[in-house]
Amino acid sequence: MTTATARISRPGHHAATPSRSARSRERALAWARRAPLLPALIFLIIVTQLPFVVTLIISFLNWNSLSPDKTAFAGLENYVTVLTDPDLRQAIFTTILLTVSVVLFSLLIGLGLALLLDKKFIGRGLARTLLIAPFLVVPVAAALIWKHALLNPTYGLINGILTWVWSLFGSGTAPQLDLLSQAPLMAVIVSLVWQWTPFMMLILLAGLQSRPMDTVEAAQMDGATRWGIFRHLTLPHLRQYLELGGLLGAIYIVQNFDSVFTLTAGGLGTANLPYAIYQTFYFANEYGLASAAGVVVVIGTIIVATFALRTVFSLFKKEAAR
Amino acid sequence: MSTITPAAAQSTPSGPTALNTGSPRRSIGKFGGKSRMDPTRNNTAAGIAAWLLALLFATPVLWMILTSFHSETDAATNPPSIAANLTLDAYKEFFGASSGVSPWPPMINSATASILSTVLVLVLAIPAAYALSIRPVKKWTDVMFFFLSTKMMPVVAAILPLYLFARTVGALDNIWFLILMYTSMNLPIAVWMMRSFLAEVPEEMLEAAQIDGAGLLLTLRKIVAPVAMPGIAATALICFIFSWNELLLARVLTGVVAGTAPVFLTGFVSGQGLFLAKVCAAAVVISLPVLFAGFAAQDKLVQGLSLGAVK
Repeated sequence: MTTATARISRPGHHAATPSRSARSRERALAWARRAPLLPALIFLIIVTQLPFVVTLIISFLNWNSLSPDKTAFAGLENYVTVLTDPDLRQAIFTTILLTVSVVLFSLLIGLGLALLLDKKFIGRGLARTLLIAPFLVVPVAAALIWKHALLNPTYGLINGILTWVWSLFGSGTAPQLDLLSQAPLMAVIVSLVWQWTPFMMLILLAGLQSRPMDTVEAAQMDGATRWGIFRHLTLPHLRQYLELGGLLGAIYIVQNFDSVFTLTAGGLGTANLPYAIYQTFYFANEYGLASAAGVVVVIGTIIVATFALRTVFSLFKKEAAR
Repeated sequence: MSTITPAAAQSTPSGPTALNTGSPRRSIGKFGGKSRMDPTRNNTAAGIAAWLLALLFATPVLWMILTSFHSETDAATNPPSIAANLTLDAYKEFFGASSGVSPWPPMINSATASILSTVLVLVLAIPAAYALSIRPVKKWTDVMFFFLSTKMMPVVAAILPLYLFARTVGALDNIWFLILMYTSMNLPIAVWMMRSFLAEVPEEMLEAAQIDGAGLLLTLRKIVAPVAMPGIAATALICFIFSWNELLLARVLTGVVAGTAPVFLTGFVSGQGLFLAKVCAAAVVISLPVLFAGFAAQDKLVQGLSLGAVK
């Protein structure tokens, strides 16, 4: 409408003038569309991208804040250390093991729970609420509860129940677990699986409930078995939800700091990269080394993220095409 | 119709063919459709299994709550004293009855950081989501994925420069710096969530408003807000939860003055004497806001947490 008025208001002008002004008006309109976006974009670039560029620069420096006068260009030295230092290599390995096992177990248990909750039974809403509860405890609090109230070898609930069950059968010598000192990484994994299963369950349940029921009915009519329907209809439909849950979960669990910090303080081979980096710069003051380790985490995340983005994108494309 | 269909299908196994010709697929209810594939006895089995697992998963939470109402001596027994007398001593201790250390400053810090960062996130994310859904910029999908990619960068990869910057400008142990950090932490997810909620505003309604000559503010108030409000509320609650839970940034960037509740909690275990009931009470109190926020957002929790990918 505005362009029309412009054209009418100056009919005698040279043909080029209105088209130029129309173009500049178009540009102004495009900027008007972009304007609401800019504060958020600029803010994020300053607060997240800029610091990462600095991390990248520091990662090539030999910089320990305790001896600042020795600061110098170090080339790839820090990266070599990250990949050869036994502690940091262990941290890389721990990060992978922790992420993969937590994602896998919470997805599997979450799938089982989602399949159960997809059926109708008495008190389903309450059961669902109880199952979400682990996700709604502050992670630090959850880790403290696991450490002291559940896994503590002398008075934790798990050993307490073992004693109680054994005493029911007249035995005074119940087996007692000490996960925190015998298998500390397992303790971290168990507590994280407990916390992340509800997340996976919720996503998979939403996936199950969006399943087109007519094909399932058709398959039933054709005499398909329950397993056949699950294997050939439900699972393929759930695939992108499984991927989405797994990859979103992976992005969060790779970054986990709270559980490792609280449950084991990174001891006995449980230090993952976030914890190791925290230690390296906060206590050892090795700024260059910590930055190089940070860059390694980012590279690892980018690899995972490429898959994550593809999955999110496939779900997103459908919606964007509306 | 959805209530009749499953029952009919169950009583007459050969019935569906006849039924399906007449009934539009869409009328088959979400749950009605499901129950028709499973005989009732199976649902009972599934119900029992689901309930057992639900109780198993809730046990740590229930145990935490129960222990917080026990005395320290009853809390630390093997086998557990489930039926021990209930007391509020642990809560009194948490609020500093004998130590004199009040948990209020860190909790107020947490509330300040979570609420103000959430407000900032909304102020930045709502216009951005508007420019990505209702009046989309060109290549808006690229912008979306840029936002998402910033979330994929682990905090540890940026924390050192942020720490050095804060130390240089004297912003360490300052709640405002933490607020900015939490804003950037939640902004990308908030933009994604919000876009998915704003995209639910029907295009026809927007067009109709435009034809009627409604201005931007009127359109936002009368058409966008009513549809998007539950989504905006859920986004705010989820951002609040993430900020309230955060430990690493708070641990590195704050100290005595601006320390948050999770930081307080990590320093709470003295290791001297019995402290189990006190820790449980602390965990309960500090988790309460998250529990409330989570249950308030329950309907939109999945859509929010999956960044709008799952409805």
